[in-house]
Amino acid sequence: MIQAAVFYLFAAVVVLSGLMVILAKNPVHSVLWLILAFFNAAGLFLVIGAEFVAMILVIVYVGAVAVLFLFVVMMLDIDFTSLRAGFSRYLPFGALLGLVLAVELVTVGFFWEFGDLALQARAAPAPGANAGLSNTQAIGTILYTDYVFIFQLAGMVLLTAMIGAIVLTLRQRPGVKRQNVAAQNARTPETSIAVTRPKVGAGVDTDGGVK
Amino acid sequence: MIGIGHYLAVGAVLFTLGVLGIFINRKNIIVILMSVELILLAVNINFVAFSVFLGDLVGQIFAMFVLTVAAGEAAIGLAILVIYFRKRGTIAVDDVRQMRG
Repeated sequence: MIQAAVFYLFAAVVVLSGLMVILAKNPVHSVLWLILAFFNAAGLFLVIGAEFVAMILVIVYVGAVAVLFLFVVMMLDIDFTSLRAGFSRYLPFGALLGLVLAVELVTVGFFWEFGDLALQARAAPAPGANAGLSNTQAIGTILYTDYVFIFQLAGMVLLTAMIGAIVLTLRQRPGVKRQNVAAQNARTPETSIAVTRPKVGAGVDTDGGVK
Repeated sequence: MIGIGHYLAVGAVLFTLGVLGIFINRKNIIVILMSVELILLAVNINFVAFSVFLGDLVGQIFAMFVLTVAAGEAAIGLAILVIYFRKRGTIAVDDVRQMRG
């Protein structure tokens, strides 16, 4: 009973905030609604006992992705009002299409039953409560054994994304003085020092002498 | 009692909202990227719901990989957005003709 009430609370808030993400006029508000949606989706996961994915969702989405969105929205000086042109023009057709899609998907979801084949084909049956393993422990026991190569592959995906983002946004501005460490280290006393014997009161002629 | 149908319904509604967001915000690529995140969140809800109600942990493993790819996609997408804005001074994507592809 209490589980159903909590589920309906989280589900209602996640749907409402998902709606506000796409309807909000200000993209900063969209990002904030997105954060609320992620938090409540994590709550939905907690209700059915998938606590590890719920915590990962909060850490990765709220802590990294949403903050990245917030940075970009706030740092770029974008005229958002001109971007909303055509909003009302696409709304009726989009809403119609969305309604059809939603009704179909919900219908499929509610008349779903597991076949015997699906139950027999389970790759990693979850240990029951009597096994004494929490959800996090159970995931850890198979993530680092059976799925370790895919885990490494996920790391490579993240590395590629990181390098790609850095390479894409890196730029060398012309006309800016920069420190060139290699050139500094390559200097020797012969190329940088000149010994002269100036006469008293004559000063140093820098034309050909001092480098 | 909450069954898998309830979770699938929430996932379906979120998925639809993501698709609708791409439809109605066709110029604003930031909101389009956020809609893609909503779609991936709906997919994750389906994965975790099936995983729990079927008693198979692989669904939750796969949900984590979907999360990884979503994070990478957001980073790359926003990087492309930043260089596009730097070049054009706007992010209206309905007239992207730079590449003439």
